[in-house]
Amino acid sequence: MSAVTDTVRVAPAANPVSQSIRDSLVVAKRNLIRMSRIPEMIIYGLIQPIMFVVLFTYVFGGSMQIGGSTSAVDYKNFLMAGIFAQTVTFATASSGAGIADDMHKGLIDRFRSLPMARGAVLTGRTLADSVQTALTLVVLAVVALLVGWRVGSDGDTNLGKVLGAFGLLLLLGYAFTWIGALIGMSVRTPEAATSSGLIWLFPVTFISNAFVDTSHMTPWLRHIAEWNPFSATVQACRVLFANPGQSQSDAWPMQHPVWASLIYSILILVVFRTLAVRKYRSATA
Amino acid sequence: MPGAIYAEGLVKTFGDVKALDGVDLDVPEGTVLGLLGPNGAGKTTTVRCLTTLLRPDSGRAVVAGIDVLEQPDAVRRSIGLSGQFAAVDEYLTGRENLQMVGQLYQMRAKAAKERAAELLEQFHLADAADRPTKTYSGGMRRRLDLAAALVVSPPVMFMDEPTTGLDPRNRQQLWEVIKQLVSGGTTLLLTTQYLEEADHLAHDIAVVDHGRVIAKGTADQLKARTGGERVEVVVHEREHIQAAAEVLAGFGKGDTTVEEHMRKLTAPVTGGAKLLAEVIRELDTRGIEIDDIGLRRPTLDDVFLSLTGHVAEAKNEENDKEAAK
Repeated sequence: MSAVTDTVRVAPAANPVSQSIRDSLVVAKRNLIRMSRIPEMIIYGLIQPIMFVVLFTYVFGGSMQIGGSTSAVDYKNFLMAGIFAQTVTFATASSGAGIADDMHKGLIDRFRSLPMARGAVLTGRTLADSVQTALTLVVLAVVALLVGWRVGSDGDTNLGKVLGAFGLLLLLGYAFTWIGALIGMSVRTPEAATSSGLIWLFPVTFISNAFVDTSHMTPWLRHIAEWNPFSATVQACRVLFANPGQSQSDAWPMQHPVWASLIYSILILVVFRTLAVRKYRSATA
Repeated sequence: MPGAIYAEGLVKTFGDVKALDGVDLDVPEGTVLGLLGPNGAGKTTTVRCLTTLLRPDSGRAVVAGIDVLEQPDAVRRSIGLSGQFAAVDEYLTGRENLQMVGQLYQMRAKAAKERAAELLEQFHLADAADRPTKTYSGGMRRRLDLAAALVVSPPVMFMDEPTTGLDPRNRQQLWEVIKQLVSGGTTLLLTTQYLEEADHLAHDIAVVDHGRVIAKGTADQLKARTGGERVEVVVHEREHIQAAAEVLAGFGKGDTTVEEHMRKLTAPVTGGAKLLAEVIRELDTRGIEIDDIGLRRPTLDDVFLSLTGHVAEAKNEENDKEAAK
């Protein structure tokens, strides 16, 4: 066998940032086409939060104490920020399942053999999931308005603040899809990704201020709930929507919910994106 | 000058399992290397290392003149990979799949679109181009997968068991496509468990077993190693075995093997059909009645058996059962 002496030096591809954006959009488009061909996935994704709105409003509505009031109207206005936030985090499961499915079917191998940007397969997936999340939020907001949710029910707000709240929700959802991406690459099957993508979300979303007033919790649980990143976004939404039941706690995230929500989401995004992209490079189907 | 695909001492360990134990390869430009071996021999791991999907623990690899470990991105621009499992998105149409791959090879959207149309035509998928690929047959999906690997007409191609699981007609079709491709000057590394396939498509064959290349050469060279052609005789009566063995000893160029229970004798010979006629005349003269006689060239199955001491693959249930015994 002849000895290898020279290898060719190849110039790096054009601007890596623009390539990364372009590749991510190509993959996002692919995932959106996919979603449009499996409409039942979108429909099931909608049924669950709508069911929560209806069940919580009518079953728990009359017996919950919010800010000293047991009015069902107050609970309804209190609840929606929690339901919105829970809904955006549930996109985690679909991200994880989608990526696990690509691994399982060998598509990740195809992508990894192509001269494309490193994180584009995952970024494309998480972006597409965020588009779906945004659509879900729109439908959910309409349903919430139909059952009587109103912004500004407990003070003043404006359109900018309301849109800002939805922005925070989308950011939280986007950050969480990266946790899903990491789960999707760490499990063997799409089924495992779906269940392991959901299970941990229940304690995260329930040990929080989403559905109940945290001031009634035992102290240690209350502390967890108040420092829960998820609670920060819920509190921020209540403040921006001017809805009742805002936590009066001294905990920093409850006092500065918008900042806390931003910092937490960006932190989750950076940490899990880094881990997920690293895992992607070494992934084996 | 090293070949278009070059590997030296590739080692890859998964836990306790040494998947690759020092693989050396050298594929000259424009030729086809068949990587032949049973399941678990290390074929796929070799391909994964060469296509940047897996980083070897040690060793060196150069593809299209580019160092695989140093510049994986540049390698990806010069290769096409077609896998064992047709890696296409089943909810996208054939056209959408190819356009996406083209764009991810950094082609402009318009160029990717044109190339997709061209490939769909070439691979006889134009009629199904706008149907989601989950409606495709197995053969159609393989063709689409292969087309996806060819989007940028890469100078070096890797195909990991391209025809595994296909029916004979589809396999034949895919072989034709591969032959066309190679006649255009593409360098190809092909893995297969089908000895016939390597014989049919590859210029050179590397036999792998337990993560090592245990033999290399053309199909003919490998066959010659197992000792050229041979005469096989099945006698009608068991008591004629001895007499027939004496006849064969007179013509044979080596030891005659006897399978008593099948009344079958095999002897290596040279001389082809002419010699076969002489053997038949001699047997006839001695009054030895035969059920079957033939001149047999060794198959790659024989090659594999003589190299490794075990059969290349469990071709059918019978082999499995024999292995179990």
